[in-house]
Amino acid sequence: MNETKNWQLRLYVAGMTPKCLAAYENLKRICEEHLKGQYSIEIVDLLENPQLARGDQILAIPTLVRKLPPPLKKIIGDLSNKEKVLVGLDLRPRAA
Amino acid sequence: MAGRESSEAILRPKLAKCPTGIRGLDEITNGGLPRGRPTLVCGGAGCGKTLLGMEFIVRGAVEYGEPGVFMSFEEGVEELIQNMASLGFELEDLKEKRKIFLDFVFIERHEIEETGEYDLEGLFIRLASAVDAIGAKRVVLDTIEALFAGLPNELILRSELRRLFRWLKDKGLTTVVTGEKGRGALTRHGIEEYVSDAVIVLDHRIFNQIATRRLRLIKYRGSLHWADEYPFMIDENGIAIIPITSLSLDYAVSSERVSTGVPYQDQMLGGGYYRGSSILVSGTAGSGKSSLAGSFANDVCRRGERCLYMAFEESPAQIIRNMRGIGLDLEPWVEQGLLKFHAARPTLYGLEMHLAMICKLTDELKPSAVIMDPVTNLSITAGPREVKSMLMRLVDFLKNRQITTLLTHLSHPGEVETTTMGISSLMDTWMLVLYRESTGQRRRVLHILKSRGMGHSSRMTEFTITDQGIKLVEV
Amino acid sequence: MDEPKNKDPEKFDKALKQRHNDHYLLRLYVSGLSPKSRRAIENLKEICEEYLKDRYDLEVIDIFQQPELARAEQIIAAPTLIKELPPPLRKFIGDLSETEKILVGLEIKIPIEGGIS
Repeated sequence: MNETKNWQLRLYVAGMTPKCLAAYENLKRICEEHLKGQYSIEIVDLLENPQLARGDQILAIPTLVRKLPPPLKKIIGDLSNKEKVLVGLDLRPRAA
Repeated sequence: MAGRESSEAILRPKLAKCPTGIRGLDEITNGGLPRGRPTLVCGGAGCGKTLLGMEFIVRGAVEYGEPGVFMSFEEGVEELIQNMASLGFELEDLKEKRKIFLDFVFIERHEIEETGEYDLEGLFIRLASAVDAIGAKRVVLDTIEALFAGLPNELILRSELRRLFRWLKDKGLTTVVTGEKGRGALTRHGIEEYVSDAVIVLDHRIFNQIATRRLRLIKYRGSLHWADEYPFMIDENGIAIIPITSLSLDYAVSSERVSTGVPYQDQMLGGGYYRGSSILVSGTAGSGKSSLAGSFANDVCRRGERCLYMAFEESPAQIIRNMRGIGLDLEPWVEQGLLKFHAARPTLYGLEMHLAMICKLTDELKPSAVIMDPVTNLSITAGPREVKSMLMRLVDFLKNRQITTLLTHLSHPGEVETTTMGISSLMDTWMLVLYRESTGQRRRVLHILKSRGMGHSSRMTEFTITDQGIKLVEV
Repeated sequence: MDEPKNKDPEKFDKALKQRHNDHYLLRLYVSGLSPKSRRAIENLKEICEEYLKDRYDLEVIDIFQQPELARAEQIIAAPTLIKELPPPLRKFIGDLSETEKILVGLEIKIPIEGGIS
């Protein structure tokens, strides 16, 4: 078993497309910079798990889901806007 | 003729059609929706588009052995099952038998943050897995425009929608896409742009406190082509569209006679009414119009045929009682299911809805005769031109089915011939009943003013209404 | 919630490494030797030499001389750059002067706004 991490992130993809790869690469960079040692990333490929598109209500690809800590958050897109990702993950306060 | 047909065949290649099974819809679309293509169904809230979509799926699964996916973006699966149960659709059962697949797509706008490029592959995979799970041939997306509220990037959404419709076409899925009516456009977000094949517009209008549902068919090829408009109704069996706008004059004409139910009256007409013809009985109040109608109804049922009696003035119980007074017992016919009364206050619906109702009842009962007693009251809700147009379409509809139609019409004394709203010209046979002063007595007189295609007596005939029926005496 | 299969990102990690070794096949459609065409050729050559050294093929096609090729590829604007390999096929129109955009479009660089590199 993996050691428990405070941050459990799951990235939904559909095959290994450039957009999905970009999202993963971007996510890794952001996590390494801001959450080093406290995060785990899962990748769920909907092509292999089509039932999860329904089960987890995933429409847009890629979608990043913050499973932990609560509340659940969804960020769609290739995560190329780092500031928005940080805000979406509550790592940075929303601009007033 | 042959030349014209072949050139038409070249100009309009026959599109394969996918029957909907919805009453009347396949008739007006010449066989159904374009097979393997998307059709847009749009209209305002409560216009019936979700129902139309669901009926397309249910009838496809039950009547045509074509499984279908219903993807809802607004109502949850449980909600759908409950709503449709009231219309006699047992979705739960069909779902378990894997004939239909219900899926609720739910987007919570405020829990989604957007950053960078994305696509809707999740939706595609989801739809594809549903289609594959049951081998679906039909798909309904109700209403996909909800995505516009849920996803912030309209540019991506639009290009994905375009890709979605192309995907549906490539898969050969016959699809119904619903859309909410927009301002000055068919749909709020202009999704008609992606659905170029066929558009159905539903509309639920309330005019003079009278509700009318209408359906319009549009062929959408770059520009809008407005076609006919049809009234429709929603009853316990779903949607019923009444295909009665176009007039055709090429119905089969019968030379068979049916008795009027009054012995000497048959003789006056040279043997009775023609089957499938239209008869108008005009007359002043109390002159005996309903008695003639009742006699005819009784005779139709006596022969074991069915008769639909639209009672616009008196209640069925009242009519039965009155007829019993002249020696006609209609009750057994009602019990045997041969005679069906339908009482409707004329002001309850608009003309179109009356017309729709009569046509629907006719298709259900399959009568050989229809009586409307009296049509006069219809003009309470509409002008004479509308009434005439409605009756013209009704008579056409009934003639096409070889159904004999008898209408009664209340006229005012002295102006009988001018107060028939011009409908007498539509009718094959026109008879007048009135009181006449003769030798100091008021007598009832029957006068045949016209009767197409038959020799008839043009003389006035006196008649009496006794407790054993109508008695005619040649004067 | 169903437990997903193969949720380990290992495959993606590998792919990310692999991507830096992909071979590029590029076709640039230009219209004669207009200034725009020349700029496009120069810009593209610079990008290729800097980022794709020894792993690209570049073909320059003059649509005046080979209009049938332009038609076959549905080339409407010139200059047009087509990235044939690695998949997916992508098209770029213009003189390719916005280097960052082209790098992202060619998937040589991961798009990042606001700054890590």
